[in-house]
Amino acid sequence: MKKLILTAAALVLSAGVAAAETVRMGTEGAYPPYNFIDDNGQVAGFERELGDKLCELESLTCTWVTNDWDSIIPNELSGNYDTIMAGMSITDERKKSIDFTQAYYPPAASAYLSMTPDADLKGGVIAAQTGTIQAAHVAETGATLAEYATLDDTIAAVKNGEADAVFADKDALKPFAGTDGFQFVGDDVALGDGIGIGLRKSDTALKDKFNNAITKMKADGSLNKLLVKYFGADALTFKN
Amino acid sequence: MICYLTTGKQMLFYGSFGIVLVLLVVTAPVALLFGFSGALAARSRITPLRWVGRAYTAMVRGVPDIIFFLFVPIAMDEGIEYVRNRIKCPDWNQPVFAGNEFHVCAAAKMPLNSAPQIYHEIYGFSLAVIAFAVVFGAFAANVLYGAMQAVPRAQLETAEAYGMTQAQVTRRVLIPQMWTYALPGLSNLWMILIKATPLLFLLGIEDIVYWARELGATKSTVYAYPHPDWRVYYFLVLLVFYLVMTKLSEIVLNRINRKLSFGQATAGGEALRKADI
Repeated sequence: MKKLILTAAALVLSAGVAAAETVRMGTEGAYPPYNFIDDNGQVAGFERELGDKLCELESLTCTWVTNDWDSIIPNELSGNYDTIMAGMSITDERKKSIDFTQAYYPPAASAYLSMTPDADLKGGVIAAQTGTIQAAHVAETGATLAEYATLDDTIAAVKNGEADAVFADKDALKPFAGTDGFQFVGDDVALGDGIGIGLRKSDTALKDKFNNAITKMKADGSLNKLLVKYFGADALTFKN
Repeated sequence: MICYLTTGKQMLFYGSFGIVLVLLVVTAPVALLFGFSGALAARSRITPLRWVGRAYTAMVRGVPDIIFFLFVPIAMDEGIEYVRNRIKCPDWNQPVFAGNEFHVCAAAKMPLNSAPQIYHEIYGFSLAVIAFAVVFGAFAANVLYGAMQAVPRAQLETAEAYGMTQAQVTRRVLIPQMWTYALPGLSNLWMILIKATPLLFLLGIEDIVYWARELGATKSTVYAYPHPDWRVYYFLVLLVFYLVMTKLSEIVLNRINRKLSFGQATAGGEALRKADI
């Protein structure tokens, strides 16, 4: 019996090696609808579905892992996973340490969400998630920046009065607008060059594969369909 | 309600209690072993060994825990992969430390990229156990070292007078007697260890605090069960869990303490003797 199990285990292991290249996809799992942990404890959301599709197109075997946002780039560099698909905007700052594929999400609008329509966006306290382009933007506007580890913490901060408004991706904030007296205030701000897949600079082959797959999905319109599915009829889409 | 409490995600939350308990059960003996070796080394008559023992306790106790939790697992992981890279890919000609990247061949990855997620988790968990053991072992070493010094000299001298060698004195008299002096310090460490488990999340292991935060967070309509901010209820559950753990530990430690004090020339032992008469 023991031998049987061992042989089975050996077979499984060797089969794993023989199969297509395995890519470990890193994400945060706390940024709906981009990526979140669904009620079955699985990674779900726009990036999960898109990532699986891209892997299918390039016949890669992909597994999903979650990692804290704060350490998501260092842990990729040390090789814990191979890609970052976590709503990460392409910025020059990040390009210094990692590479990005072409954008799979167009440059998105960021917006302020507040519980009072006349929140002071220029001189008040604005909550943002640590290490995001939105946090960097708030620091530049002259408002007082209050940083929190997750998006949910920023929402909670506004709710309990620590901050006047929260500044984040408009799509991530949309589900909260209209609940508990939350509403969008001020104008939308366009930041970053869109969202791309983050990769180690040395992984050029993998980068080409994903770029190739994204181009395919842009060309046949399936990427736009997916954007509309997750972000509503008025979602930003790619024009060809 | 029943449906909500039995979703896959809730199950992971319940499972994480098991992870924390396993961590405690595995780490405590390993840390004690580290501490024991450290204490014996610090008492050794061989000078270099004594230096090693003293340096271990002094260094680990002097550096903040959080730095050790970030440093030890990463250093071990990269060390293992570096060695595997040397063995499995002798003709690997790219630099391993390329700029800010750590870069080894695919076959040297530990565990392999293609391995199921569970192996990655077990590997991460083992690294966490070692990190915890190194840190808590240093504190335990100091406690045990102090306890060994506290055993009355007269006891050891008597043993020597019977013609026992140094090793026999240590084994037969010193070690059996020191536990009663070590227990208060060790019980402190155990209590701190129980509360230190949320540090697991630093190492990418999803423990009870992580899941309480994740499950309690406001859920919009993209989830099957939307709900407002429920973190306070989830954290209340954790509060109860930690208090129960503390109470149980207290009961068990009191029992052990009673047993160890029996027949000892300490106030505790004296109280037991009087109660018996």
